Order: sequence, then structure tokens, then C-alpha cells
Amino acid sequence: MRSDRSTSAPLGLKIAAIGGLAFLHIPILLIFLYAFTTEEKSYQFPPPGLTLQWFTVTWNRPDVWAALILSVKVATIATAIALVLGTLCAAAVSQTRFFGRETISLLVILPIALPGIITGIALRSAFSMADIPFSFWTIVLGHATFCIVVVYNNAVARFRRVSGSLIEASMDLGADGFQTFRHIILPNIGTALLAGGMLAFALSFDEVIVTTFTGGQQSTLPIWMLEELIRPRQRPVTNVVAMVVMLVTFLPILAAYYLTRDGDQIAGAGK
Amino acid sequence: MTAAVLFENVSRHFGAVKAVDAVDLEIAAGEFFAMLGPSGSGKTTCLRLMAGFEQPTHGHIEIFGETAEGVPPYRRSVNTVFQDYALFPHLSILDNVAYGLMVKGIGKEDRRKAAEDALAMVKLPGYGQRRPGQLSGGQRQRVALARALVNKPKVLLLDEPLGALDLKLREQMQEELKSLQKSLGITFVFVTHDQGEALSMADRIAVFNDGKIQQLGTPEDIYKRPQTRFVADFVGSSNVLSSATCAKLGVAAKAASLRPEAIAIGTSWAEQLSLPGTVTARSFLGATNRISIDCSGEKIIVASPAAMPVPDIGAAVQLAFSRNDLHLMEEA
Repeated sequence: MRSDRSTSAPLGLKIAAIGGLAFLHIPILLIFLYAFTTEEKSYQFPPPGLTLQWFTVTWNRPDVWAALILSVKVATIATAIALVLGTLCAAAVSQTRFFGRETISLLVILPIALPGIITGIALRSAFSMADIPFSFWTIVLGHATFCIVVVYNNAVARFRRVSGSLIEASMDLGADGFQTFRHIILPNIGTALLAGGMLAFALSFDEVIVTTFTGGQQSTLPIWMLEELIRPRQRPVTNVVAMVVMLVTFLPILAAYYLTRDGDQIAGAGK
Repeated sequence: MTAAVLFENVSRHFGAVKAVDAVDLEIAAGEFFAMLGPSGSGKTTCLRLMAGFEQPTHGHIEIFGETAEGVPPYRRSVNTVFQDYALFPHLSILDNVAYGLMVKGIGKEDRRKAAEDALAMVKLPGYGQRRPGQLSGGQRQRVALARALVNKPKVLLLDEPLGALDLKLREQMQEELKSLQKSLGITFVFVTHDQGEALSMADRIAVFNDGKIQQLGTPEDIYKRPQTRFVADFVGSSNVLSSATCAKLGVAAKAASLRPEAIAIGTSWAEQLSLPGTVTARSFLGATNRISIDCSGEKIIVASPAAMPVPDIGAAVQLAFSRNDLHLMEEA
């Protein structure tokens, strides 16, 4: 029967779906493949031979380590800033009513809607005008602008589901503001913050555009990769780093997805 | 004796809205006190002023002789049972009940024991390991009650405590709340819009409207001797007779209230007052018949016992009632 749900899709649709997925993922697999090639100057297909030597070479390159450590530091601090500011902002917008609340909500989300290049140029001219030298901290600030959005979006959705009377009930039972935050608010928004934090970390970790405009001499891992592609020597090192970056960013995003998926059952279940 | 709760000229304004307007109130220790009124009448704001979630715009509040304004909710010896119960969804029932003791720093073993005792008191022993989501509405309400009472508050505030329960459960909880209050001796203050609930449970009732107390008294006072048209109308449905009708009866008053069940149709004798009228509608309500009668332009409702004969629509009848059941009111 045509209306039967178990009827398989038409052949054309199947081919289109497979083709689409292949188009998305085969290039990524090629990146993985060339991490093992013996040819270091150009990407010829098929690779003349396979080797694990580039992992050793990568391990021993100090510039890779410098870039990696810088990226991890930037992502960690930007995420930490975003967690604090994003949560506070979400709490203010969802728990209280004040003049301009909707506007503030929009302004907070705006940086993620803006093209990165505009954020980058804007930050760069702002830093120059304020005579702030480009450094590690300007990169962190640049990244924090969009990390806050991710944390805010996750937190505000969860805050809306934590009914205001839970906070009043906690106060009524003798808990001061800090105890209420620790015992009631944090457990209810914890997974949302973890998910938001992981997404923020992943975003910061592979950010190129804003970093280009706000960074000084130092390069984060994605910037280092961009520079490395131009050089024809030891190209597979870049592929090895790309693999690592993918794993480092993919796992947190996957975890964030699973953490927020069942979120509906966490808060507000007592209503 | 110190009042449990004392309001002196208390107002709470939200911008131009006078949610509570110059209220004076004194609730005695150990009393079961009801604040009755329609929604938006200021009764819930009064409760929140006692709990500390709201601060008065003007006036002075005392709880057992201690000044309450400026004192945050967590430093008041008052606990609240919330309308939506507000149980913490991420904690077990036992941890919910023990929460107040936990934040006060009482040891784990002591608070577990106290929480279990409190659960037994509300007839939910052994429910400690469940989660709020696994309980029915009535059970959650008992947990909310145990969670408040375990802190041994001087005053227990209940915000529409029975509003979300079905009729059968509500009647059962009314009795349980009443006996719990008597055995604990704690002052209970509860807010309701259900006049039957207020009349059956409370020692005294304050009827609220427009941020003001319309009348304060025992259930019998409020029911039988309403002082204003609003109280007469809101608490049950008293007939309010105009001054013209009062004059016909030989009574000088601006207005008077008369309860539907205090009127008999037909027979009248010397010491009774009587009014002629025409039957305009009738409906069967089970225990009573509700009969509408037109007495020269004034509509009067009579609640006649089901056993009495029911006059036909359009029939001319005599209404008879005792002078004692007619209560004169100050305002028209």
C-alpha cells in the first residue's frame, strides 16, 4: 500500500540521500586518509603509501603544541566567562520583569546572528580606539562574545521551566540566596549549563575569523592550520592536527546533544 | 497575649494598583484564620506580606511581637504551603521534607528522622525515596504540608491549599487540616476563594475585596450577619432587600440581608414578617428547591426544603420569615 509507513522510499530519493551524505562526509574522510600518506608535498590520489610517522613528527613540533595550548586556554577562559555572564543574564531575563527586557534578550543573542567578520572588525576597531594592545586577552574577549550567547540560550530555556515558586519555597524554608542557588537553581539548570559550556568550548576551539581580527602575534590552532596549508612541507602534519581538532570538538557537541535531549523531564516535573 | 500576626494600616501598592490598602488585622495565636475573597482582592498579597515575599508600601507588620518588615523570608519563623506545592523536582520526597533542616545545618541522621516523622504525620510513611513526579496531587499536597511543618513554624501559611484537589479529596483534607491544626496548636492562616471551605474550617474569617477587609468575624457572623452587600453576595447568596422593601415590612434601614433558607413560602403567623410575591422561576437542586420570587420589582431567592410543596410559576405566594433573620446593613 502506498500509505503504508514501512514502504521503502523511491530509489531516486535513496540515491539523493546517499549522495548528499557522501558529499558532506567523504571530504572529511579524505582528511583522515591523508594523515597517513607517505607523500608530504602534494595531495595525490591514491596516496603512494601509508605511514604513522606524521603522528611522531606532529608530537615533536613545538609550534603545534604552542597553538594547541593557546587554543585550549582561550576556549577554557572564554567558556568560563560565558558561563558566569550567560547564566546571570539568563536569570535576569527569565526571572524578573523590567523595562527593556526583550531588547536586552535580543542584544545578547545578536552576536551569533552577525557574520563573524563584522564582529571581528568591530572588536578590532574598538580595541584600537581604546588603545588595548592585541594579546591573549583580546582573543578571549572576542570569543566570549559568542560563547555567552550559547550559554545564555541554553540557560534561559531551562530557567523558564524552573517555576519561580521553587525559589520562593527554598527561601521560605530558610535558605538564603547562596543556599538557594547551590541546592535548587544549580541542580535544575546544571545540565543546561554543561551543554552550553561544551558548545561554547567547541565554538571557541575552531574559531578563525574573530581570532584573525583580535589576535596579536600568537596563533590558535585553527589559525596555525590555515598558515600551515600554504607551506608545502610536512603537509600531513596539518591533517593529523585536523583529526585531533575534530575529535576534541565533536565529542563535547555529541555529549551536549545527549544532555539536553531529555531536558524536558528534568525541571518542572513537580508541577 | 501577643498576636500571632499583626497588621497596622498595611498597604502594598504596585504602581497605581492598591493590592492591599490600609489593612488592620490581628490574628490570635493558635487560631485557624481564613482570608476569603475573589481573585485580585488582596488576600494572597496579604499572605505574601506575612511570608516576606512582599514588603509593605506603608504600615507595620508584627509576627509574634517581632517587627516583620525588612526581614527576608528565610529569617521568619513562618512557613508556606504553596498553591502549586513547589516541591523540588530533583530531590526525593525525604530530601524535600528535610530541606529546611538541611539548610539550617542539622545533622543528616536527625533530619532524616524528623522528616520521616513529618511524613508519618501526614499519613505518607515510607514514601521518602520517591520523587515528586511519582506522587498524585493529593500526596504532593501532604508532602508540601510535611515540608513546612517539619520546621516547626509559629505560623503556617496556606495559599489555596485545596484548590487543585477534587471534591472528595478536598472534603477529606479539610477535616485533616482542621484536626492537624488542633493537635499541633500552630496558627494556620489560609487563603481561599471558596466560601464553603472558609466557613467549614476557619475559626475566624476576613472577607477581602479591592484590597480591603470587608468584614472580619466568625463563620456564623459572616454567614448570618453580612455587613455589606459584597459580603452578603460573596458568602453564600443572601438576598439584599432595598430600603423601600424594608419600609414595607415596617423596618427602617438602608438595606437588609435575608438568607434564602430563612424564608418559608405560604403559612405565616403573627410574630413573623411577610411579603407578597409572584413565582418567576424554580429549579431543583437536590436537597432544596431554589425558587425565584418577584416582590413588586425586588427579586428574592428562596431555598425551600425538597420535601415542601413547590408552587407553580406565576402563582401568587406569601413569603414569611422571622425578624431575627433580617439583618440590617449600614450601606445600601
